[in-house]
Amino acid sequence: MEEADIERLKAIAKDIRKDILIMLNKATSGHTGGSLSVVEILVALFFSKMRHDPSNVHYRERDRFVLSKGHAAPALYAVLSRCGYFDRKELFELRKLGSHLQGHPDSKFTPGVEVPTGSLGQGLSMANGIALALRLDKIPSRVYVLLGDGEVQEGQVWEAAMTAAHYKIDNLCAILDNNGLQIDGWVKDVMNIEPLGKKWEAFGWEVLEIDGHDFNQILDALDKAEKIKGRPTIIIAHTIKGKGVSFFENQVKYHGIAPNDIELEKALKELDSN
Amino acid sequence: MEKASVREAYGRALLELGRRNENIVVLDADLSGSTKTKMFAKEFPNRFFNMGVAEQDMIGTAAGLAASGKIPFASTFAIFATGRAWEQIRQSVAYAGLNVKIVASHGGITVGDDGGSHQAIEDIALMRILPHMAVIVPADAIEMEQVIYTIAEYQGPVYVRGSRVNFPLIYNNGDYHFQLGKGSIIREGEDITIIATGLMVHHTLEAAKELENCGISARVINMSTIKPIDKELIIESAKITGAIVTAEEHLIIGGLGSAVCEVLSESYPVPVKRIGIEDRFGISGKPEALLAYFHLMPEDIIEAAKRLLDCKPYRLRAIA
Repeated sequence: MEEADIERLKAIAKDIRKDILIMLNKATSGHTGGSLSVVEILVALFFSKMRHDPSNVHYRERDRFVLSKGHAAPALYAVLSRCGYFDRKELFELRKLGSHLQGHPDSKFTPGVEVPTGSLGQGLSMANGIALALRLDKIPSRVYVLLGDGEVQEGQVWEAAMTAAHYKIDNLCAILDNNGLQIDGWVKDVMNIEPLGKKWEAFGWEVLEIDGHDFNQILDALDKAEKIKGRPTIIIAHTIKGKGVSFFENQVKYHGIAPNDIELEKALKELDSN
Repeated sequence: MEKASVREAYGRALLELGRRNENIVVLDADLSGSTKTKMFAKEFPNRFFNMGVAEQDMIGTAAGLAASGKIPFASTFAIFATGRAWEQIRQSVAYAGLNVKIVASHGGITVGDDGGSHQAIEDIALMRILPHMAVIVPADAIEMEQVIYTIAEYQGPVYVRGSRVNFPLIYNNGDYHFQLGKGSIIREGEDITIIATGLMVHHTLEAAKELENCGISARVINMSTIKPIDKELIIESAKITGAIVTAEEHLIIGGLGSAVCEVLSESYPVPVKRIGIEDRFGISGKPEALLAYFHLMPEDIIEAAKRLLDCKPYRLRAIA
């Protein structure tokens, strides 16, 4: 990846972070920490890796994306809008009555959203189904699904992990946003999920571990995953909850609250100064 | 009385659909021999996905297949399909408005010996409460086959309840045509209407014959579609007969009886008696013994009808 391309992605990521904070502030509710931790992953997918076309949303050969950790909807919406799926103005109607942007992703309302998510643990099963259908139809598209770390406490995730390996679903790549925090505290304290890599390996997956805020590492891993045949791949992306704004980083408090006006002003200033 | 298996009818229809339409895909959760999806699996192994004992993942995978234009039929026992995977059906199927067909076998207490853990007596209620979900309980194997062909053409989520036991044939005279959302009058009558579903349609017909011997003329309706329910037919029946008995192999809470009462209480209140399982779970036993134990036999319907006639408003009784 050329340095100029990386710089372009970094600039987009900064704008996306600002949009996320403004939209959450205007909505007065929503998930700040888990939206900020996935920004680089989403930007790498939608602005570099994935084949998709906002002017032809449902074209058959598009790559599919499923946000299994649906509470990161603000990040997805900011990315989709920047891609051109809908007007940026709509971002600031997030969570309001009549808005196209529901609290959690909803394919009935928002172009670019493939399936509704929000109830945790269900996205990987749906992504498997999409990938199987693509394989049956001999469409060479890939399916990307983004999971949360707390989310893998759901049993259904492991049912789906078995399915992906059993059916050798290699047109699917899962990415796990391993930010270490969930609503009630540190994941390791609430319900330990480690050893995470070994678990996925034992379930028959290829496991790649990366820094989830480093575009080079993200894009390298996505390219590697595409070449792995006969089994599914998961990229365990080590991230920081609240990434980009010092006073949100690693703060459990900001899992599910939106920045107030003072916090927003401070956060935007900090993002601009970096 | 000729009987036939509703689940084999499902298996046959599914196989035929598979031959006609390559977008038909089938999922099962380790019960393909019981649900009869094995017939499809044998001929179309590439379009059949055994998901193992993992109903939640089965429903989610079916949703993903539907989101990509496939027409998935997902099958297992009724209790696991609707109970274990209820929230997956809610979020990934109904909320999404996806075209998933959930066709379960082993509805009701006629599961028999396996006992209460395996007897789905809540499934109709669980599915009926979900927005966008259609709910169908065929009365015999012939109707089951027609239901399967119909829902393959219909766009949207559907729950179909089948059974472990063979059902007596109701529609073997060849002139029946199932319509989603329409009840069918299978016997005309003026004194009372009995609305039934599933196996209870047969018991209701038996009851109606006996009632006729007692001078009571009963209208019998097979309400195979429980949602969307045929309001017009219910109201028309209430106007004609002035009293309604409902009969189902399900809890009296939340099922057919509740659906009929919801319509009547808002539009045309008449006395109603719901025949079904009271607020309790099933137990082990042979299907026939359990039907008697839970008061789901023709004589139970007869008794309910007679008692209800005493409650009919004087005016209507005078007309009758």
